[in-house]
Amino acid sequence: MTQLISLLTSAVVFGTVILYGAVGEIITEKSGNLNLGVPGIMFLGGIAGLAAAFFYELHAAEPVGAIGLALSFLAAIAASALGGLIYAFLTITLRANQNVTGLTLTIFGAGLANLFGGSLNALAGGVGQISVAVTSRAYRAYIPALAGMGRVGQLLFSFGFMAYLAIAIALLASWFLNRSRVGLNLRAVGEDPATADAAGISVTRYKYLATCAGAAVSGLGGLYYVMDYIKGTWSTDGTIEALGWLAVALVIFATWRPARAIWSAYLFGVLYWAYNYIAGLSRATIELFKMLPYVVTILVLVAVSMRRSKEAQPPKSLGLSYFREER
Amino acid sequence: MTKHEPLIHIVKRDGMAWWRAWAIRLISAVMALLVCALFIYGLTKLNPIKVYGAMWEGAFGSPRRAWITARDTAILLCIGVGLAPAFMMRFWNVGAEGQVLMGGCATAAVLIYGGSALPTWALLCASALASLVAGALWGFVPALFKARWNTNETLFTLMMNYIAIQITCFLVATWENPKGSNSVGIINQKTQAGWFPAVFGQQYLMNVILVLALTVAMFLYLKYTKQGYEISVVGESENTARYAGISVKRVIIRTMALSGAICGLSGFVAVAGSSHTISTSTAGGRGFTAIIVAWMAKFNTFVMVLIALLLVFLEKGAVQIASQFHLNDYASDVVTGIILFFLLGSEFFIQYSLRFRSHTHAKEAEA
Repeated sequence: MTQLISLLTSAVVFGTVILYGAVGEIITEKSGNLNLGVPGIMFLGGIAGLAAAFFYELHAAEPVGAIGLALSFLAAIAASALGGLIYAFLTITLRANQNVTGLTLTIFGAGLANLFGGSLNALAGGVGQISVAVTSRAYRAYIPALAGMGRVGQLLFSFGFMAYLAIAIALLASWFLNRSRVGLNLRAVGEDPATADAAGISVTRYKYLATCAGAAVSGLGGLYYVMDYIKGTWSTDGTIEALGWLAVALVIFATWRPARAIWSAYLFGVLYWAYNYIAGLSRATIELFKMLPYVVTILVLVAVSMRRSKEAQPPKSLGLSYFREER
Repeated sequence: MTKHEPLIHIVKRDGMAWWRAWAIRLISAVMALLVCALFIYGLTKLNPIKVYGAMWEGAFGSPRRAWITARDTAILLCIGVGLAPAFMMRFWNVGAEGQVLMGGCATAAVLIYGGSALPTWALLCASALASLVAGALWGFVPALFKARWNTNETLFTLMMNYIAIQITCFLVATWENPKGSNSVGIINQKTQAGWFPAVFGQQYLMNVILVLALTVAMFLYLKYTKQGYEISVVGESENTARYAGISVKRVIIRTMALSGAICGLSGFVAVAGSSHTISTSTAGGRGFTAIIVAWMAKFNTFVMVLIALLLVFLEKGAVQIASQFHLNDYASDVVTGIILFFLLGSEFFIQYSLRFRSHTHAKEAEA
């Protein structure tokens, strides 16, 4: 039982990172933009948050966790939205190819983040690994009274606030895409931009806003990873990149529905960590186990395309640029 | 009518002289280098010209460095050449990373299990064949589903990468040598069995010759053969292809198997001809970089040589700067990213021209 609780807890933490990435990407993809820059954007969000907290803690005489939290949160959103803006400008205004632009954004974001993550401390004249303990503690704070209520308390209340924020954003995105006028307009843009354009919807504006807003949400995944998952440090091992691609996989697995992404994200977490709780696995077998999230994603992708059910398809114009003159 | 006319009107060009197109690309590359220079200056307060000098030093500073640059360019180019037919067919093969790794794993398997039994020439033939088959398989699976059920190939091939990465990790853990090192080590280090032989005393010359031969062959295949023509027709319009009696499904599957096979062969070159070991860094993101190479070269394999060389130059150069000025290697990815952003953006100005409002007015007045 303890083992199960600990598996589920680590699955939630893992799932939260990719849930942010996936919900942001769903919003982006609903506008018809397939942004393969998600890993890069998560890198940007993570490093911006870390850098903001780092400089705040460096210069403040007595750093306050809440201020560090606010600063890093805003920095992460701004940096990742800016990443989205680069992508949007290139693909929407300059009509560059989406896949190539997205991949470039991933290379750029990963490079920038690892460059600064690895040398921020050295650049500021410090030694050793970067660490923002005060801010990270604020991110990981939970209410001890609630978390202390036995196993249920541990399972439901032992996480930092961003784990709950992720669920809230996913539910909000679900409402937005299915119930609000603006959200329905956005989906129209992603399905058939020419028709949306004819109906008086500004395709360019919708695509820009959705891409930047989606990037901002994706970037929070990087922030959560840095502040909570690895406790306010940096590591250049490329985990964020792997998680970013997993977020792209999650979009498919959740068939472009944010609400479904919530439990799917935790399921990915369980699949990813399951090997820890199965006795007698060799190290080699563990590597095969880590393949599971990708395999189930492929199965879902294939099943969806075979069934041809209308609701589960990718947005119709996904990956294509829109030129009014060429419709 | 004139009231609602936008300030800038975007018009598609009919075509542009090749030298003007290249002038635009050159200008954008220069602008990118200026932005990079600003970035480097902001970070290190060093004279950017000196920094670029150091980059040159890092990539071509000694014969050995130049050969390593050539070796890495060959591998990147080989992957790009493999992607060319798929992209020409408008099939988004984002799975090169995985195809390279599968080819590398197949090669490593042949070298490890056959190392003491077979002579080098037989090992080379066997591992080349094995890598072709492994890569082709990795390209075939998504193509089959695309052809049969129109499954999104971008997402499918992307996922296949991670399966290949985990298989590679599994094999590394299985073959690790010595035990507990979590690496395969140099395969056949003593006997050098199955390694590319030195040609004219140059260790990496064979890699370069092999890949250049492939580059020429692919250019000819795409441009002058019936199959190459079919690929371009399918890429332009599947309906046209069907109307012309081309079996679209067959072309998709055949082309993707070919694309995967050549990417797999890059894994063979990387393992047998270069690193003599296998790990996830055998591909190390080059499968993704090659996508950019192939796309920007517009499927022309000779242009790919230039772009691949540029990217490898940047990488080697940035590694040099990093060690010289105590930064880390990731500076190269930032510089690469900035340059690619500019080059991607420049294509817009080659394909479209901007007409400002006053300009169109003048035209109307003339008419």
